Amino acid sequence: MSDSTTYRPEGIADEFSEGSYAEQVPPSGTGPTLPALGWRGTLRWTWRQLTSMRVALMLLMLLAVAAVPGSILPQRPQDPAAVLTYLADNPTAGEWLDRLGFFDVYSSVWFSAIYLMLFVSLVGCIVPRTAAHARAMRDRPPRTPARFERFPARAETTTSATPDEVTDAVVAHLRGRVRWLPVFRVDAGAEEARSARGRVPGRPATRTVAAERGYLRETGNLVFHLALLGLLVSVVLGQLLHYRGQAIVTEGRGFANAVVDYDTFESGEWFSPRSLVPFSMTLDEFSSEFASDRVAFAQARDFTAYVTVTEPDGESSAETIKVNHPLQIDGSKIYLQGNGFAPEITVNDAEGQVAFSGRVPFLPEDQMYTSRGVVKVPDVSAGLEQIGLVGYFLPTAVVEQDGSARSVFPQPRDPLLVLEVYRGDLGLDEGVPQNVYRLDTANLTASVGEDGERVKVLLRPGETADLPDGLGTVTLGEDVPRYVALDLRHDPSLAWVLTFSLLALAGLAVSLFTPRRRVWVRSWSEADPADGAGRTVTRVEVAGLARGDDAGLQDEVDRALGAVPCRESASDTSATDTTTEG
Amino acid sequence: MEIAELSVLLVWAAMTALAVALVSFAIDLGRRTEERAGTRARAAVGAAQAAVSGAPGTASVPPSGTEPRRRAAGIAMSTTWVGTALLLVAIVLRGLAAGRTPWANMYEFTLVGSFVALAVFLGLSTRRDVRFLGTFVTGLVVLFLALGVNVFYVAATGLQPALQNYWLVIHVGVAIAATGILTVAFVASVLQLLRDSRDSGVPFLARTGFRWLDRVPTPGSLETLSFRLNAVGFVLWTFTLIGGAIWAEHAWGRYWGWDVKEVWSFVVWVVYAAYLHARTTRGWSGRRAAWFVVVGYACVLFNFTGVNLIFNGKHSYSGL
Ligand code: HEM
Repeated sequence: MSDSTTYRPEGIADEFSEGSYAEQVPPSGTGPTLPALGWRGTLRWTWRQLTSMRVALMLLMLLAVAAVPGSILPQRPQDPAAVLTYLADNPTAGEWLDRLGFFDVYSSVWFSAIYLMLFVSLVGCIVPRTAAHARAMRDRPPRTPARFERFPARAETTTSATPDEVTDAVVAHLRGRVRWLPVFRVDAGAEEARSARGRVPGRPATRTVAAERGYLRETGNLVFHLALLGLLVSVVLGQLLHYRGQAIVTEGRGFANAVVDYDTFESGEWFSPRSLVPFSMTLDEFSSEFASDRVAFAQARDFTAYVTVTEPDGESSAETIKVNHPLQIDGSKIYLQGNGFAPEITVNDAEGQVAFSGRVPFLPEDQMYTSRGVVKVPDVSAGLEQIGLVGYFLPTAVVEQDGSARSVFPQPRDPLLVLEVYRGDLGLDEGVPQNVYRLDTANLTASVGEDGERVKVLLRPGETADLPDGLGTVTLGEDVPRYVALDLRHDPSLAWVLTFSLLALAGLAVSLFTPRRRVWVRSWSEADPADGAGRTVTRVEVAGLARGDDAGLQDEVDRALGAVPCRESASDTSATDTTTEG
Repeated sequence: MEIAELSVLLVWAAMTALAVALVSFAIDLGRRTEERAGTRARAAVGAAQAAVSGAPGTASVPPSGTEPRRRAAGIAMSTTWVGTALLLVAIVLRGLAAGRTPWANMYEFTLVGSFVALAVFLGLSTRRDVRFLGTFVTGLVVLFLALGVNVFYVAATGLQPALQNYWLVIHVGVAIAATGILTVAFVASVLQLLRDSRDSGVPFLARTGFRWLDRVPTPGSLETLSFRLNAVGFVLWTFTLIGGAIWAEHAWGRYWGWDVKEVWSFVVWVVYAAYLHARTTRGWSGRRAAWFVVVGYACVLFNFTGVNLIFNGKHSYSGL
């Protein structure tokens, strides 16, 4: 087998995997040169370059490289605060990086350009291949070659059945049992008797079978690539149509699915407020569990929000929302994204008037739910200074010798509220939007004690304490309600995104694991050398060819041979002979 | 003794068995080189033919009959079986100790990933002679396990709410299987590159110290082996991404958000996709394609170690 290294399974070349469809155009070997063909020629040349395998490969490599900076530099959509910090730390480099889109890599011009070109290249590759594949599906399997010797898998036998019977049986076997989905596409034929010509020996008239399987390989490949295209389109549609809103809800309270009821709301360009289904929801109770064993002390084990949902038609039902188990309502999902304590705080000003009363969400800052919160009291009686309270809520508080306090467990076993007090101008009247969780202390004065230290007001549930500097009193409610941070999301494209992903996966598996094989059978009658009476036997030869290395090819050939019938059973089986090359 | 401690002890036992296997495999490679250096030209040609003709089961088996008994290789294979079994028991005990699926943090991921790599190697070896891979597969696994026990170890415990989901079993399980398979494929591609360089006379590899390379199969059949494994690994990796996205949709409220782990999983996917394309692009198959496997596997390792330890993303479940 001296020609083994150059041996190419003839006719089985699959444009995509044996080089490329479009690559036939620029002559191989020499680099692409721009032919002087005018603008139409140039356009066509550009198109062919773009749709060639080599360019697709380059674009894939570029895509991998271009995705990396987004994991190293902070990204605006994920963490805008980190971007601001980075810009403050690296003013010069930061500005340039920002201009070039490095803080939002995945929607930057260059990242988009790469994947869009990749998809253009993909379309340019897929369309002609789909057409070629459709044609190949209608074509007949390749003709039976004259000689079988060069094929990697062969087998032969003799039988007493006639060549016609052999052909019918083998054809039936190769087609398989399922009518509409044959394993092999089969073409049975006949060859005239032929005299010896050159190296090819003469042969009597024969019956032939040519069969091919593995069209699904190319089908799978096309499905995979088309599904990627579908995936891109669905994702983009989802971006345009989706909306998401966030709301903080405390126990016993609720919210309605309306843009105004959300603390933050964000939506795609094609979103219309009419797509909000006007249901409403109340948080009945929130419960949490934490580990108390030594190994995983205070690690979260369960969060559950018990809610009642009221549909627009007035029907209401009790539901639960957990991490990992969002609540589905009318094609939207509601996620449990966070939770914490919202102590009920009442502030009476120096004149004894109620200046503030409400639940204030405190944001947990550590595993023990040491939570920070802010109370802004602008509505004091006329002539008084505004009040701001900043401090921590500690669910299970331990007060140290030096007066400092910390939380040692996330559940409210011994809650304590620790507040510092400011007075002055809260800056709320200028109309500049403010973060409700931060107190702008620029125009405020902190209350300090005689030792110069900030005064700390400590409160347990149900207690009332005097504010320093005669500012009034502050009361902590008897119960400490919990709050949950809910995230409602609606994306009509989800089902499509999933469908196309799974299609891509299936297409990929089919195209990588379907064997592509050809089998040929030739049978003819000849005089039986072992029979003096001059009776004839039928000789059957089978050859197989696969694309690439295929460990199952010989088995396939053997099975085809196994389908050959014999009229007088037992007498002929010993003649079966299998040859393997290599 | 507690189950959790027993599990760790068994990991050490597995490492010991595998270290013995590693040494025996190395001796086998070296010894065969001494004994059979003379017949190498013939064997190489035989292997090349087998690879091209695609005859079943012959791709890496040297012509039989002249083969002396390989005692070291026998010892190596049995200790590998023992080490793998010990590791399996260690994993099961770890699961019992934690009361859940034993693959939820980096330590457990390392154990199970190493187990998969060993299982793939042993599975292959029941169908054809792949003992030449043994030195490298056991070597990598011993390295991984040592890292796991010394650097990634965390005590066995329950799960935080974000991880309490059957997707933990599917998504992470498939990710581990993919990683294990890609590990063996990586070994095959590295050997392919080395053997190819030696054959084409790279001076460094022409030294006698690299004579063992003549005993590994031809670059052609190594490439075939690597491709088969990579194809399976790539499909599983694709599923890891899809499964992760489905889970992220449940747990984090979006299926894709370019979190650090997502970015690097994507990079890995694209690199292996490029590998599959390179294999079939004229002028890129063979050596160049094999380099993609090397780069791709480097990204897999970085995605596991670097991304978990350096960056701070949503996907930080290592417990470190
Ligand atoms: C699109 C989304 C996701 C992608 C692309 C993704 C990808 C991966 C990959 C590649 C691994 C392999 C091991 C590694 O490199 O660390 C992995 C492991 C893991 N994934 Fe995901 N994942 C996704 C979503 C999720 C979600 C939503 C969760 C759970 C809430 C999750 C939990 C885990 C865990 C626990 C491990 C193993 C532990 C570890 O390696 O630290 N993944 N993921």
